[in-house]
Formats: sequence, C-alpha cells, structure tokens
Amino acid sequence: MDIRLDGISHSYGDTEVLRDINLSVPSGRIACMVGPSGCGKSTLLRFIGGLERPSAGQVLQVGNPPADCLNPLTYVFQHFALLPWRSVRGNISLVLEDHGIRGARAETIIADVLARTRLSDFADALPKQLSGGMKQRVAIARALAVNPAVMLMDEPLSALDSQTRELLMDDLVALWTRQPFTAVYVTHNLAEAVRLGHQIVVLSRRPGQIREVVEIDKPLEARGYADPDLEAVQKHLWDLMRDEARAADAELIHV
Amino acid sequence: MSDAPTTARTVRFRGGGFAPTTRRGVGLAVFVTLVLLVEWGTRSGWISALTLPKPSDVLATFGELWSSGLLVKHMVPSLTRLIVGAALGASVGIGVGILIGLFSYIRAGLVPLVAAIFPIPKIALLPLFVIWFGIDEGSKYALIAFGTFTPTVVATYGAVDNVDRTLIRMGQSFGLSWLSIVRKIVLPGAMPGILSGLRISLAIAIILLVAAEMLGAQYGIGAYILEAGSLYDLERLFAGVVILSLMGLLTSGVIGLVEKRLLRWRD
Repeated sequence: MDIRLDGISHSYGDTEVLRDINLSVPSGRIACMVGPSGCGKSTLLRFIGGLERPSAGQVLQVGNPPADCLNPLTYVFQHFALLPWRSVRGNISLVLEDHGIRGARAETIIADVLARTRLSDFADALPKQLSGGMKQRVAIARALAVNPAVMLMDEPLSALDSQTRELLMDDLVALWTRQPFTAVYVTHNLAEAVRLGHQIVVLSRRPGQIREVVEIDKPLEARGYADPDLEAVQKHLWDLMRDEARAADAELIHV
Repeated sequence: MSDAPTTARTVRFRGGGFAPTTRRGVGLAVFVTLVLLVEWGTRSGWISALTLPKPSDVLATFGELWSSGLLVKHMVPSLTRLIVGAALGASVGIGVGILIGLFSYIRAGLVPLVAAIFPIPKIALLPLFVIWFGIDEGSKYALIAFGTFTPTVVATYGAVDNVDRTLIRMGQSFGLSWLSIVRKIVLPGAMPGILSGLRISLAIAIILLVAAEMLGAQYGIGAYILEAGSLYDLERLFAGVVILSLMGLLTSGVIGLVEKRLLRWRD
C-alpha cells in the first residue's frame, strides 16, 4: 500500500503552517521528513494517520493493505505513549483486544513481536521499570503487533540519549531488513535521516513546503556509523537547512 | 601561578534539605507526649477539670462503653449511615464526574451547578432533607451522600481532565473503540485523582455523620457526643471524639491500601 499526499495545505487561524505538499511514499520504503523546528512536519504526520484534518488537500491510501493487517496506519510516538498501568504484554495486548484477538492467538503474536524486538524476557515488566530505549522498543513491538501497512514514526528516537539512539537505529535497520515495511519517519536529526531514509524530504520553515527530495540508493544494511557517503548527503542537507534553522530559531512564537 | 603556599579546603556541602523522607514513629511520639502532658497537667492541677478531662478517665469511659455493649450499639448505626451515605454519594459523584469529563454539553450544564452547590453548608439543608426523606435513616443517608457527592464530582472531572492526552491519541491511532478508550485509558488514568478526592470526601462524610445524628437519632456516635456535650460530660465527649478520629484514621488507611494496590504502576 502506498501513501500519496495530494496538495496538502494547512493553517491554524492566521498562521499558515503547510503549503501545497505533494508527495508519494512507495510501499516498502522509508521516507524521512526533516525540517527546522515548527515547519509542520509532525502536523503532516498527524494528517497522514488521520489524527488531524488538513485545511486543504487530501491524504490517499493507494492500493489495499495486506489481508492480515489490523491497523494499516500505525504510529510510533516520541514519548512512547505506553500505558503505565499495564505490563509490556498488557500494552501489546491492548491493541489486539479490540480486534477480538485474545488468549492463545494473542500470546502467539505477542511472543513473536517481543522476540523481534529482543524483549522476550521483559513481558511482565511495568513501563516504569524499563529504560527509555526499552520503552521505545515496546512501542515498536506494539506497532508491529497490528501488522501495519505504513508505520508513522514521530521523532521516535528524540527522547533517547545518543548511544541508545545508535542501538535503536541498528534495531530498526535489522527489523526492516528482515521484513521491509513502509514508513514515514519524522525527525530533526539529520544523522537518523541519512541512516534510515530511502528518500529524505526536506521541508522549508513555516509555511512548510517541500524544498527537495533527496534519494539515497545505498541499501540500509550497508549504511553504518560515520559512513563517508552518508556524511556527504548529511552535509548537503545541512547546507539546505542551515539558514532556515537559524531563522526559525530567531522567530517569536505566536500562540 | 604564584609560589605562595596554597591551602586546600573541603568544599562545603550545601545541597541538603527540601527532600522529605519518612521518619517512623515520630507521629506516634508527638501524640503520646501530648496525652502524657495533659495527663500530668490534669493530675497536678494546672489544667482544671473543667478545661480538659483526664486522658485516663477518658480511657476508663471508653472501657465502660465497651464492656456495657453500648459501643457496638452506637457504632453499628453510625457505620451503616456512613457506609450507605458515602457509597451513594461517592459512586454517583464519580459517575457524574466522569460524564462531565467526557461530554462537553454535560460539562457546560453541570459544572456551574456543582460550583453553586459546593459551598452550601450541607448541615443547613438538614431540615429540608427531613421533610423530603423523613426523620428516619433516609434524611441521614441523604445528608452524607449529598456532602460527599460534590467534592467527589470536582475531584473526578479534574482527574479525567488530567489524563495524558497522548495516551488517548495513541488509543485512537490504534483504532480502539470509544468505550475501550474510556475503560482502558481514561478510567485507570484518572484513578489517582479519584482516590485522592475520595480521601477528602470520606473525611467530610464523617463530619456530616455527626451533623446527621443531631436530629432524631437515639443511637450513633454523633448522638452520643451531642448528648455528652449537652450534659458537659467531657469524658464521654472526648471518648466519642476519639472514636471519630479513629474512624478517620481507618478510612484514610483503607484508601492508602487501595492506592498501594491499584496504583503500583506509579513511579
């Protein structure tokens, strides 16, 4: 299933946030969205998953999601959004219960996604016992449990320290290599974008518009820490963004 | 760098305090000291018998109350009134509070009403309740229920408002039904606030219990205290007050236990 954005524009009152975004994310690929803070990239992600409505334009699902897919558009949130009163297992079963999946069937799915995120030993732990990296792995396991057609990742690594971030990037690459998934990945971290993105969409500052779409052909599993090819792309991205990032930083917030 | 001899000093520690820790037994020690002080004062005479009763006499009165079987006779109707009234008020209060938290129309309609009812001293309405519900148990249940209702409503809708919105968005993004979101996300998320509201509501219920027993109650802790009060029988008055205090300690202890069980997930 592909995702197509068709002329998306949005404003909050008098503030224009996004202007005429056209983009298509093909199946099995990761599209990273980068841009200065306040450029509307997280808002765009909320449009894609139907959590908010744009003032103009539409988000289209092209094709049908796979038959066993419970929730085609599935988010991974920056602050994990785990229910603190449920164990790791309970947090995953939460998203299965509403689809009538309980008992042995649920256990099979839970065991599978926990194994894929290397969390099998922590099924009964409460979120307060887990480190940030583990919490985000639980959130990823929960997303995998509903077998999504498209993963919508809203700065999933931004709340983690830089070492944990490296480890989780490796985890995400390993997950994708085993079973390629489609993802829209919003981040402000260019290193993440060049490690995980097949295409990198650079947004301008408010009102957000697409400035450039950079394609990286190097396969994900061949990319590594401090890869010179990636550094070149990263530098190109930073050259595109630097002035805007500075201008965005100097802007007053009108709320 | 100069050649003058350098002196080495330990860096002064200045990071202490502002971090309350549990100190076991201090509360009990303060209580025991106060009681002993009063006992000593009343025995030696610098506290006159008209000011305070001797703690030992109060204890003796308590013993009599127990051995004569009057304690049970007073406690059973009081506890029944407290439990029935508080259970009614708290459950309706939690229900209404959740509705206010979830539905904008109900909120717009009921929040001003609750704000208007909240400051009314419920005791002032006792005659009204007697007319509506009769002089028997009905009016007593109603008074206690009404008094616990308002603080419970306010605490509950505040707690529902404070549920982390990102968790609700998460539920929506996974396609959970409205009922599932309320049952599995909103209610457990509001539980800490609801329980701390109940702590206050139950204390108010005990206060109102005495007020309710001012009218037409033959037995009950409130009736016992009022009778002792009108006779200036300070020993019995204090014995009754101690029972009320113990009831307060007991309810807050029970809520503490429930919190420990239900809110284990909190940091």
